[in-house]
Amino acid sequence: MAWTSKVLRVDLTKGTCKSEPLNMEWAQQYLGQRGLATKYFISEVDPKVDPLSPENKLIMVTGPLTGTMASTGGRYSVVTKGALTGAIACSNSGGYFGAELKFAGWDMIIFEGKSPKPVYLSIENDKVELKDAAGLWGKTVWQTEEIIKKSHQDPQLRVSSIGRAGENGVMYAGIINDLHRAAGRSGVGTVMGSKNLKAVAVRGTLGVGNIKDPRAFMVATMAAKKVLADNAVTGQGLPAYGTQVLMNVINEMGALPTRNHRDVSFEDGRKISAEAMAEKRPTDGKSHLVTNAACFGCTIACGRISKIDETHFSVVNKPEYWGASGGLEYEAAWALGAANGVGDLEALQYANLLCNEDGMDPISFGATVGAAMELYDLGILTKEQIGMEAPFGSAKALCELAEMTVKGEGFGKELGLGSARLCEKYGRPDLSMSVKKQEFPAYDSRGIQGMGLTYATSNRGACHLRSYTVASEVLGIPFKTDPLVTEGKAGLVKAFQDATSVFDSAGVCVFTTFAWSLADLQPQLDAACEGDWTMEKLAEVGERIYNMERLFNNAAGFTAKDDDLPPRLKTEPAKTGPAKGLVNGIDLMRPEYYQLRGWDEQGVPSQETLSRLGL
Amino acid sequence: MQVTFKLFAMLQDYLPPEGRKDNVLALDLADGTTIQQVIERFALPEKSCKLVLVDGTFVPPAERDTRTLKEGETLAIWPPIAGG
Repeated sequence: MAWTSKVLRVDLTKGTCKSEPLNMEWAQQYLGQRGLATKYFISEVDPKVDPLSPENKLIMVTGPLTGTMASTGGRYSVVTKGALTGAIACSNSGGYFGAELKFAGWDMIIFEGKSPKPVYLSIENDKVELKDAAGLWGKTVWQTEEIIKKSHQDPQLRVSSIGRAGENGVMYAGIINDLHRAAGRSGVGTVMGSKNLKAVAVRGTLGVGNIKDPRAFMVATMAAKKVLADNAVTGQGLPAYGTQVLMNVINEMGALPTRNHRDVSFEDGRKISAEAMAEKRPTDGKSHLVTNAACFGCTIACGRISKIDETHFSVVNKPEYWGASGGLEYEAAWALGAANGVGDLEALQYANLLCNEDGMDPISFGATVGAAMELYDLGILTKEQIGMEAPFGSAKALCELAEMTVKGEGFGKELGLGSARLCEKYGRPDLSMSVKKQEFPAYDSRGIQGMGLTYATSNRGACHLRSYTVASEVLGIPFKTDPLVTEGKAGLVKAFQDATSVFDSAGVCVFTTFAWSLADLQPQLDAACEGDWTMEKLAEVGERIYNMERLFNNAAGFTAKDDDLPPRLKTEPAKTGPAKGLVNGIDLMRPEYYQLRGWDEQGVPSQETLSRLGL
Repeated sequence: MQVTFKLFAMLQDYLPPEGRKDNVLALDLADGTTIQQVIERFALPEKSCKLVLVDGTFVPPAERDTRTLKEGETLAIWPPIAGG
């Protein structure tokens, strides 16, 4: 079996660390990572808990394929009740931390309580210790990793930590590992900060040697890697251009949310695209993009490593930002750019670097800036309140507001609330482009209808990674559907949600699904994991996980009213492009979706559904 | 007739140098020119023409032979790509 069968339980209040056996019955029902940790979480935590109270828990969890030779098998997730949303949160990250945690012999770490003082968790295989983090508090993610590695005299440590955003209560703070990989969304870093937990440093030398059938596993993983290599998207497109290649696609089809969703195309979209990142700059003759990069075990390598223009106003006197570092990825480039009308690639990278350096979700931050710029445009927020002029399109404002937000200074404190709380405070809740208080990612649901239902019914608030129907509606993966119609989207969204739940629970990257289906994942899981992992079982596990998350949210107080979109997307038609004149048809899609799910009109799973799924 | 032609990602190498900077080229085409004829004129590999949009709307492979371009339209083509 691929699980280590060990759970590390850390009571931060008492300062204790204990090993306990993994519940193998649950592992058979929920697989691992997202599914299994959520099962633990909802079994131990009151759904109505204040996310920032000691009673909330935070779980760092690997999947059964994490740390194995399966392609992209380096993933780990953070499960908690989200600070931003108050809903179940599960943020997934790549890099190398997850595999190292598995190598140390742990399937998951459950953090509970709250430490009376800042601490970090040190793990060296079975040797586990909470250590004083007084000297780390107030430091950035990048400083924290460097200090911990030096103090342990071990450059091979893998570190996952919060930056100042998580300490300062930015509601969308993330947890960063390996300097620029992020469990980014829903405020999981805010929860970590509320527990006075600064970092987890792990060194594992045990490996993952407990594969059920090693020979069959090697055959299955090799075959699956060939599928990725032979596929034009995962074998060529993603490594060459990364996710950022979507900028021009989505802009051309009139589905790029621009200026807080006022518009659906951005006149400067090309300036912030993958193609622009690869061009030589007039200032120094170098391209923004340096190379691509891979996470642990990944044979796709979509990551971007870039160098910012040293002469750009944001960093001209800050050489600490001149080195090669992570970014830009599509979602961050959109949120920091088109969402607030900024077409300055270098400014976006600077803001992105700050998000990585201090642990902040660039999607929610950028989109919140977009909302603030609209409030400024309407005269609701003034130059005096913000501390600067902040019109749509101001790269200077973007950069300064990023600095203020991570430090918790001035108006940055208000931006740290997220767009829903900010817009509520200033009397215009309708201007927050969010669902369940989490900001939309980079697809306008007037031009890609299925994404409206995806956002509305995502268990962690608006998110593209719960059911990426863009794959079908735009890219034709696995088959092409019309992005402008609502027909058929309820079934499409449900299918994507259930399948994604399995991938998120296995320990592999969801980007494999551009080439893999469940049929490619199944032989790998079946060879690795104890039990009989058939296609039917995996399909049921995916549906069970989605319903389990839904039950938690319902118990936390969410209702069908929360499965909705902001009025702008339902009443203000797209102004240009193929979707001109269209609003999102969420009210048409939602009833059919509930029906397909086996939920009643209020979005509550029926007894029959629960019984069928063993919930 | 005047048509705007855009090639992105790896396909931008098939544009003449003046078009590569912004991924765009103005084309003067005879009336009745089809999408397929433009693809052939620029010697674009068939398997690389995955995503074909005219004014942002997807044109399925089976229609490229018959879909004629009209004055002022924008034809944009991508190889197989993805993101998220």
